[in-house]
Amino acid sequence: MSVLVYIDQSEGVIKKPVYEALYYGSLLAEQLNTTANALILGEVKEDLSALGKYGIQKVYQVNHTSLSTFDSQVYAKAIADIANESNSSIIIFSHNQSGKTLAGRVAIRLQAGLVTGTIALPDTSNGFIVKKPVYGGDAFAYINITTDKKVITLNPKSISVVTKDNVAEVIPSTIEVALPKVKVMATNKTSSEVSLTEAEVVVSGGKGLKGPEHWGMLEELTKLLGGAIACSRPVADEHWRPHYEHVGQTGIQVAPEVYIAIGISGAIQHVAGINRSKNIIVINKDPEAPFFKVADYGIVGDAFEVVPKLIEEIKKLKSIV
Amino acid sequence: MKILVCISKTPDTTSKISFKDENTKFEDKGVQWIINPYDEWYALIKAIELKEKDASVVLHLITVGQNDCDPIIRKALALGGEEAIRINAESNDSYYVAAQIAAVAEQGNYDIIFTGKETLDYNGNAVGGMIAEILDLPYIALATKFELNGDKAIIQYEIEGGEEVCEVALPVVVSCQEGMATQRIPNMRGIMAARSKPLKVIDPVDATISTHVNRFEVAETKTGVTLIPADNVAALVQVLHEKIKVI
Repeated sequence: MSVLVYIDQSEGVIKKPVYEALYYGSLLAEQLNTTANALILGEVKEDLSALGKYGIQKVYQVNHTSLSTFDSQVYAKAIADIANESNSSIIIFSHNQSGKTLAGRVAIRLQAGLVTGTIALPDTSNGFIVKKPVYGGDAFAYINITTDKKVITLNPKSISVVTKDNVAEVIPSTIEVALPKVKVMATNKTSSEVSLTEAEVVVSGGKGLKGPEHWGMLEELTKLLGGAIACSRPVADEHWRPHYEHVGQTGIQVAPEVYIAIGISGAIQHVAGINRSKNIIVINKDPEAPFFKVADYGIVGDAFEVVPKLIEEIKKLKSIV
Repeated sequence: MKILVCISKTPDTTSKISFKDENTKFEDKGVQWIINPYDEWYALIKAIELKEKDASVVLHLITVGQNDCDPIIRKALALGGEEAIRINAESNDSYYVAAQIAAVAEQGNYDIIFTGKETLDYNGNAVGGMIAEILDLPYIALATKFELNGDKAIIQYEIEGGEEVCEVALPVVVSCQEGMATQRIPNMRGIMAARSKPLKVIDPVDATISTHVNRFEVAETKTGVTLIPADNVAALVQVLHEKIKVI
């Protein structure tokens, strides 16, 4: 009846939202008077026993050559098998690309109800009521999962992690792993070092920047802030930037600490993809731009003047700090 | 080659979101319903493109919903597809919806099942993977490009911080997003033809309803923007440093 958290990794590195999911799992276990365990498919450089500091008791690890390819069919079976073996009734994924791909499959295998993209601990006083944003963040739904087993995915940046002094027990698992049917042919990663969905700072440009040749200053600003770069839909449609940088309702949804929108008017569809950002800063020369209505801070001004000044001021501050 | 495209209806993206019956139901008064954009622009149009390349492709549409979905299904048929199937049931739980679609898909021996990556109302990202698991098929989520190569598909899809390309043998379930195809508008001929295309209404199979929405809550709107003069950019840097603490 314990809680099981899926540790998502890629190329031997645990993905950032996982730590939050681990801590969330341990809080939920505490709430339900049970234990939180985790599982990882494949090998990572990190010492897995150190994950105890997030409140995790056991880490099940499956090593198999088949797992070097991400095939959701193979992964889901392995996760469900570990869930059954460890008598887990609540499975938690990060609400990122792999979590989104796997959660539905695992829910079916375990005959579990699924709620994706929750942002808080469930209310378990009468049922198992999970809160999640719906309608592109304009509303929240409180959804009761009525099956015995439950699968939830946690939206990144939903809770603050507190660590403690604990060590987890790492248990190698020998469950059977199927052969992948999917063959990966190529991988293209973006130039920015931080991935868009995991970045603390997202710097995003719109049509106001007039052309792809003006993205240099945005790249410089992004680098200075250690963030990731993004763009609005028209920019991706015009092929100024690759569409995997497009944030918005039909693009990637982000929830960074700060979202800086430069030369973006702020159409409803764009805002729906970024409105979970903790702070929204808008730079636009049009004082009537709808984006100012949802912004926390704004500068009415020409991006070609404001952004270089911003870069200069950040450099100045960094040289002092 | 048989393709099944899953369609759902969703409120127009500019709709005002509010709730009725003590916040337990979506207030649909005055709301314009549209085909969920991921289902339409990416899943359906991609399937139509495949049929345009190969006329022997059989293209069916499917939805789970009551008869208020019929106008949306007709609109989808106006874009393309030979026939549509509506499973006459409420579509509030992903597990239940996936079980319904999988039951039809299993009977129909489809080679490709396309879904949108999520619906704009529930933002679930769930049904595609569930259908694939019920049917024991490979599932590629968040696809941005799709090409056929004999009995295999070459699919490009989003990963954290980039894209990956894979090859997989059919049959396969694919959830679609931006990049898959270009938006189209149905023409008059399509709209006329859609009226006479078959829309089969079938009863749902028995399946578990695993979740129930207890209530909704409208998100609070922001209190207002703090404007910083354009000649005092340093003040914004102070905010980034002292308040938001990212520098």
